[in-house]
Amino acid sequence: MNAASPLEFAITRRYRFAASHRLHSPRLSEEENRRVYGKCANPHGHGHNYVVEVTFAGPLDSRTGMVASVADLDRFIGREVLEPFDRKYLNEEVAEFQRAVPTTENLCREIFRRVARFSQARLDRVRVEETASNSFECSREGERIPS
Amino acid sequence: MIRITRKVEFSASHFYHNPELSAEENLRIFGKCNNPRGHGHNYTLEVTVAGEPDPVTGMILDLKELKEILNREVMDRMDHRHLNYEVPELAGKIPTCENIAGVIWKLLEPKITQGRLDRVRLYESPDLFADCTAAPAGAPAGKSA
Repeated sequence: MNAASPLEFAITRRYRFAASHRLHSPRLSEEENRRVYGKCANPHGHGHNYVVEVTFAGPLDSRTGMVASVADLDRFIGREVLEPFDRKYLNEEVAEFQRAVPTTENLCREIFRRVARFSQARLDRVRVEETASNSFECSREGERIPS
Repeated sequence: MIRITRKVEFSASHFYHNPELSAEENLRIFGKCNNPRGHGHNYTLEVTVAGEPDPVTGMILDLKELKEILNREVMDRMDHRHLNYEVPELAGKIPTCENIAGVIWKLLEPKITQGRLDRVRLYESPDLFADCTAAPAGAPAGKSA
């Protein structure tokens, strides 16, 4: 590797929101729901402090010295993710989770789908921490990106 | 191959402004970071070196030596400095996380003679960091810092 190697850049930004959910599948019996989801099937729901980490890669914009404008990204994530999810009951207040169980796998994929529309750089990865102990990742290779 | 990572922290001030853009565009793109009086961060730098351990020492490189390189090349240049005015390598560049990481890569790469520089990760805060890596051989070149 010589000193003239072309360089690649990526930026990662972390955001937080708090929301509640209930893990319950209409395709399973009540007994199976309790067996599969345990406490998470509690009919009243429960909440988490979610952390969302998004990683974008791409060349540096020569006008800004950035992969993407962080101010624009913050506004985009605020509109597409934080406003619709923060302090919400995901099962009832986010249309996608009236169809899919709001596990953090599905939440991570839904956030990836939304964030991939940000046009200034290539979304490489979304990582969601449900708690400090459990995190979930969705990366570009595994997802079909609408062009 | 093994990777080792050394972490150091430094504090510096900066602001973002491109004189070729209008005041409105500067404010939209850079947000609060456009304040011309500047502001500061506690930066955390993670430098990763990759390689095979030496069969005698069991090490890729001596971490004490890496620490000295980081002190000389990064801390002495950037710690408690204003990045817009006091770091010649950043002259003419907007001192974004990406550009600072790119400058650090270029300072460190020739100094690391055992193993090879694998990644420079620079945190501006726990909620924002940039990664700088070498493009894989044959990849189209991104614009370097």
